This record gives sequence, structure tokens and C-alpha cells, in this order.
Amino acid sequence: MADEQTTLPPDDPVRFYQVGSFAVGNRLQPLDLRTVQAAQDRPNALTCGHRACQGCGEALGARYALDAAVRATDGRLVSVNATGCLEVFSTPFPETSWRIAWLHSLFGNAPAVATGMAAGLRALGKSDVRVVAQGGDGGTVDIGFGCLSGMFERNDDVLYICYDNEAYMNTGVQRSGATPPAARTQTTQAVGPEPGNVFGQGKDVPRIAMAHEIPYVATATVADLHDLEGKVNTAMGIRGARYLHILVPCPLGWGSASKDTIAVARAATQCGLFPVFEARDGEVVASTPIRRLTPVDDYLRMQKRFAHLFAPARRDDVIDRLQAMADRNIRRYGLLEEAAR
Amino acid sequence: MNEKPFAITLNVGSSLANHTGSWRTERPLYVDRLPPCNRACPAGENIQGWLYKAEEGDYEGAWRVIMADNPLPAIMGRVCYHPCQTDCNRAQIDEAVGINAVERFLGDLAIREGWRVTVDAEPTGRRVLIVGAGPSGLAAAYHLRVLGHEVTVRDAEPMPGGMMRYGIPAYRLPRDIMDAEIARIADMGVRFEQNARVEDLEAALADGFDAVFLAVGAHVGRRAYVPAGEAARIVDAVGLLHDVEMAGETHGEPPRLGRRVVVYGGGNTALDAARTVKRLGADEAIIVYRRTRDRMPAHDSEVREAEEEGIRLRWLSTIANFDDGVMRIERMELDETGFPQPTGEFEDLEGDALVLALGQDADLRLVEGVAGIAVEKGVVQVDDGMMTGRAGVFAGGDMVPADRTVTVAIGHGKRAARHIDAYLRATPYVEPPKHELAGFDKLNTWYYADAPHQVRETIEAARRTETFDEVVHGLDEESAQFEARRCMSCGNCFGCDNCFGVCPDNAVIKLGGGKYEFNYDFCKGCGMCVEECPCGSIKMVPEE
Repeated sequence: MADEQTTLPPDDPVRFYQVGSFAVGNRLQPLDLRTVQAAQDRPNALTCGHRACQGCGEALGARYALDAAVRATDGRLVSVNATGCLEVFSTPFPETSWRIAWLHSLFGNAPAVATGMAAGLRALGKSDVRVVAQGGDGGTVDIGFGCLSGMFERNDDVLYICYDNEAYMNTGVQRSGATPPAARTQTTQAVGPEPGNVFGQGKDVPRIAMAHEIPYVATATVADLHDLEGKVNTAMGIRGARYLHILVPCPLGWGSASKDTIAVARAATQCGLFPVFEARDGEVVASTPIRRLTPVDDYLRMQKRFAHLFAPARRDDVIDRLQAMADRNIRRYGLLEEAAR
Repeated sequence: MNEKPFAITLNVGSSLANHTGSWRTERPLYVDRLPPCNRACPAGENIQGWLYKAEEGDYEGAWRVIMADNPLPAIMGRVCYHPCQTDCNRAQIDEAVGINAVERFLGDLAIREGWRVTVDAEPTGRRVLIVGAGPSGLAAAYHLRVLGHEVTVRDAEPMPGGMMRYGIPAYRLPRDIMDAEIARIADMGVRFEQNARVEDLEAALADGFDAVFLAVGAHVGRRAYVPAGEAARIVDAVGLLHDVEMAGETHGEPPRLGRRVVVYGGGNTALDAARTVKRLGADEAIIVYRRTRDRMPAHDSEVREAEEEGIRLRWLSTIANFDDGVMRIERMELDETGFPQPTGEFEDLEGDALVLALGQDADLRLVEGVAGIAVEKGVVQVDDGMMTGRAGVFAGGDMVPADRTVTVAIGHGKRAARHIDAYLRATPYVEPPKHELAGFDKLNTWYYADAPHQVRETIEAARRTETFDEVVHGLDEESAQFEARRCMSCGNCFGCDNCFGVCPDNAVIKLGGGKYEFNYDFCKGCGMCVEECPCGSIKMVPEE
């Protein structure tokens, strides 16, 4: 059945669609302004029956990103997936949830395998087939980091997507280089005078990627679908090494309600802790302004991994340091500037 | 086995074989909840329903949704005090949706386009008499006619409309608009008999009617004793408004009250009288009210418009006497219960005439002595189905206990029509169950675009007071559609695709036409669709 569109007068001057560009779709919006996810015949690159937890942000982020990539390339793409939750829940032998050409590499070598795929396709004269590599934050920020940096340095024609859930969730929530300070994980317990993960460690991979001066670096979250799809689309229109970092909340590891996955991602952006921006050739060119600024409290309170900051006693010292991080992001990326976008 | 590649022991299959729905302990369900606007509407309009159609530009469809409950949208869009907007959830974000303005746009468009309502029901052969051609009577006549009954309306005045015509001035409700909406009802086959006051209900009943709906309104201006000299000119406000209307109809001389007129009262009628007096040529119109502005029963927008027109308001004042062009005003004070108490301080106010706007009573002579009909505190007692103690005799509008507004009267007319129909068919009318309220807490307002309210223009105050031209202008199509789209569709799906998009398990099926369905084979019950539904049209229920 074809997607229906409400018939509006031909040159309808009303440019206001009730939910603007915030919702997934909208019956009042012209088809070309709706998201890929709103289409009845969307690719569903990651289909039903996968074994991700209830409310998994990564399953959502992967479908959002890959569906957009499939649309952008007309289905002419291959994908390589580092070991991690995404790989494990989507392909327990012999089942697969993928409806695209998909290869599981090792934990640490997805960028290198993707490089090889791109080279092979070029050698075969199939440079119209595009390569998308994907991995979690563990495979990207820590284990596969050397390969990733090499891929960036060589400017190989690969879009690398990192689904960042801020710890090794698949193996039982261990700290990664993307785990935020003060967060409780299995390896950073909420004990001692400075409970949870330490301050001053970890890696800001989007900025590291920018330092490689690759053509395109962007961040996104599952809370802003139009933005995420737009960035995948932009990335697929560029040749060379591209990096997309998507925040995907993990109800299990973060201790948030499974129904709140999108709400948590939204809260992360609205307090400034997760800046959403776009960079070209190493320079930030756009950022998504904060629409309803909130203190970091609102974001932290949604997650049990930060519960020790509020009970038995409120740890203002720690919360203030996290707020300072958010404030720095707001300054650095101009998140409160009206014309940021 | 041998055909498989090295180390492969099973055939590849899709994860679709894995029905993750078995993990679920709660399931999402699509529901319709009752939007606060619909709940607040005294005429029982499905406001969210018609705004939905107006959003798409289906104005005729929208108008027909209104017409299912209220036959007078263009009138409604002017004189309704829109309790729907008071309760609108959007008011908690920016400003309430301008429901009333959109309704007027639709009502005016219907008149311009000549949209009609046809009677498709089989004739029932039953005859209903309606006494009074005001909003309540008109609404009842319309609904009964739609249901196939033969309807006769008898009214005491030369023209139908009741208080809408003889109580609401033309600058608020232009007569051509009212005439058009009443004509539409007449065209459906409702018989109007004007200048036909029903004096004797028993006689009318004997005239072959199977049921009667009484809606005679409340036209008798309440008098207060104001000691006055021989020459003092004292009139009542409803009488004044009636005379002005009659003068217009007969091209006669409108009443002249002098240069300086004082109106005594704090209701909408007081404001109508003062604004009318000004238009009749008085230099000054002063409203004297014994309480404070916030305690005035008059609607705020009317007080504002009156002030813009230069009408002076004197709070906390009563009129002790009136003689020789001078009114003696006593200053009042509110006691702890909010009741005004005299202070013994007096001052004089010059005035040529005094208009009393102290409320109205119903003229109930026609039910005097009619067996079974009970009158208490000057109004006729009715049951939930608007029936009096006398079987087959129903009553509504200002003559029964209720708020006296046009919209309430129209609601009475609808309710009475349903119960009269049930009475005539000898089957009880069963009201459909009400949905749960779609309160603000059910919404996820993140998804609604920020959008300011579209304001209707008014003509300049200076020009206003000289004519009876309509004060408030209507919206053009663009602003009407914009305003309709500010509706958040509380409690009712509007096809935003959020549930379809945010499900991590692709367990929502988009059927098209704004309809969705859950695929419970794969829904894990995470509840994200409920959380991210902007309008609160999904809920979680425990799995059995």
C-alpha cells in the first residue's frame, strides 16, 4: 500500500505542520519533508526478532542510520560490524536481523576491514557500492581505535558509525573510554570518596576525528531523527573518511526506564552534556541549538548509574563538575546561539 | 550437510522466526481520550475532531463535524464564551488554540459556499412543537428534523432568534449571519410560526403534537427599587436592546436616552446596553456595579472592548436614588465573604437616564397550572433528559436551571432532541460512555512546534461606537488553518508516525490514513511508543 498524503491546496502557503520537524512524520507534511522512518516501505535494515533489550537505543539508532544510508545509496551498500551488543543481538547463529549485506569482523578491526572492502570494491570497479562500518563505543573508542585512526588518516571511503552507549554493555557494563565521569559501571563502582568513573580520563572521539581533518564528522542522538537522517544523508554524499557518533542510551547499563530511552537522549542534549554538531575538514560548521535548557540534574536523575550523586546525600561537588562540562560544551559549540543552525 | 561451507552447521534464517513478543509483561494499546475542549463544550462539540479536518484544509468536512452537534457555527464563532479555550491544554504551553475564531471561519465559509444539511432519515410521522425560536429551540428543531420528525417552531417575536436577536447587539452578531443560519434550518423543513406566542400549553398540546419542547428564554428584566422622581427616566436593559432591534426591523426611530446614560449592573447585558447606548448617540455611558471588576459576571473580552470604546466603569457603587438628572451613588465595600456592604459615603453622578441590567427572569405564564410541571426559583425543573414532570413536555435554555449562555442553550436543545426522539420511539436514550480525560500530563509536548496564537483584528474603537458594524473581524484562510494546526489533538491520534518510528523492534505497523496497529509478535513492551506519543493516544495495560 502506498503511503498516503493528505491533499492540500497546490501552493499551500501554510508552513506550519503542528509538530514541525520534531515528530517522525506528519500527515500534514509534504512527503519529501518526512523522515525515512515515516515511510510505510522503509528499508527496515534491522528487522524484528532481534534480541536487544526492551527499549534498546542502539537497535533504534542502527535502524535509523542504516535505513537512511540504504535510501541514500539506493541499497548499494555493504556493512561491516565490530563485535559488540549490536552484532550479538542481531545475529545469534544462524539467525540474522539484517536485511543488508553485512559482515561481522573482530572487536578491534572493523575500520580496517571496511578499508579493505572499500579498496576491494574500487579494484572491482564497483565504487558505486558504498561501505558503512559500525561499532559500539568499546570497539570504536578503545579496541578499534588504532584501526580507526588509520582509516581516517588514509581518508578511506568509509562512513564509520559509532553507537555510543558509554560502556561495554554486552559483556556486563564495564567502563569504556566513552564512559562519562562519575558514572557507575561494574568496573567503576559507586564507592569511596570519588564514586563512579574518574574525571579527567576518557576520549572525545568526535574531536579526535576532527583533528584528523577528515571531510565529515558529526554527532547525533536517537532523540532527533530528522537531524540523524540528515547527517547520514550528507555523509553518504561525500567521498572519503566520515565519522558519525550517535548517542544511544542503554536502559540496562544506564539504569533508565526502557520507555525513557529517547527521553534520556533528549535530556542529554538539552543540558549540554552531549553536544550535537557537524564538522567539515576539521572545523565545526553547525550545531543544534538547545531548545529547552535544563540543568544536568534532570538528565542525571533519570539514570541509576548516577543515583549515588543524589542519595544518601546530594553530591553538589560532583554535580557541579558535570555541570561545568555541560557549560563548556554550550560555550564550545554555541549551543545557546539562535543562529547556530 | 556436505553442501554447507566449512564450519557451518545450520541454514541461515531470519530473526523473524524469533517472536520477541513473548518477553512482554505489558502491552501498548491505542486509545481515544477525551480532549479537555470537548469536555468543556456546553454544546458537546467534537472540537478536536473538526480541527483535525480543518488542519488538512477539509473545511466542509470540519463544518459537518460541528453540525453534528451544533447547527449554528457562525453564530457560535461570535457569541460563544469558549470555555473550550479556557480548558485547552495548549494554554499551558503558550496560548490556547483560537477554537472560537476557527469555528467562525468555518461557519462563515459555509454560508458563503451555501453548504446545506439534508434530512436523510425516514419520516417518522411524529410531530413536535417547539415553543421559542431562540438558540435552544433552534438547536432542538434542527436535531429533531435531522432525525426525521416533523417540527413546528412557534415564537412570540416577529423574527426568529430569540435573545440572540433581541438581546445581543448587531455589532457582536450581524443579523445577516444569524438569518443565514436560521434559514438553513428552515430549509430543512422546519416550520416557523412567528408572532405566535403560546399562551396556553394545554391547548397547544391538544393541537396534535406528540411532544413539546419549551424554550421561551428569560426576557423579563429584573427591576430593583430605585427611589426616583417623576421625571427620572429608568428603562431595563433587555427592553432597551429589544427596542433597538425592533426599530432596526421596522426602520423606526431607535430609543433616545439622552447624552449621559448610566447602566446599573455587571453582567454581559450591562455591557451590551452601555455599548449600544453609546452607538445610539450618547456622549457618555457609565456602568455602575456594586462589586469589583474581578467579580463581574461579564466576560473579560467584552469588558475590555467596552473600555476601548470609552465606556467608564465605576466599581463598588450602588444607586441610592435618581432625581432631576442626578443619581446619588453610595460607595460599597466588600466584606470578608465578598458581599458588598454599604459604607454611608455618597456622591452625585449626573445622568439623563438609568438603564437597569440586573438580570432577567423567565416569563412562565404558559406553564402556570399545567399539571406535573414544577417551577422553583423562577425556573422550570427538568430531569437529566430535559423532560419536565409532565410526560412528553421538555424544556431547556434560560428557562431551566443552568448558566444562561447561547452555547448552554444549544446544548440543551441537542440533549432534549435526543431524549424527545427516544421518547417518541419509546426507547430509552443511552448516552455513550465518556472516554478518560486527556489531561496535560498525558501529552509529550516536546513534539509540538512553537507557534503563537493568531489574533483576530478588531475595528478601531473610534469608528466602532458610531455604528453597529461588527467589532471583531474573522480570520483569513491562512491564519485559520495555522490556528487549527496549533491544536495538539489531545488524546486522539493525528498520524505523526512517532510510534511507528520510535519502536526499536519495528513492532508498529503503519496502515496508512493515520492508522497504526501493534505487531504483538515482536513488541517487547518497552513503552517507548507511549512515552513518545505527543498526544497521549497510547497506553500500557498489563499483559494477562
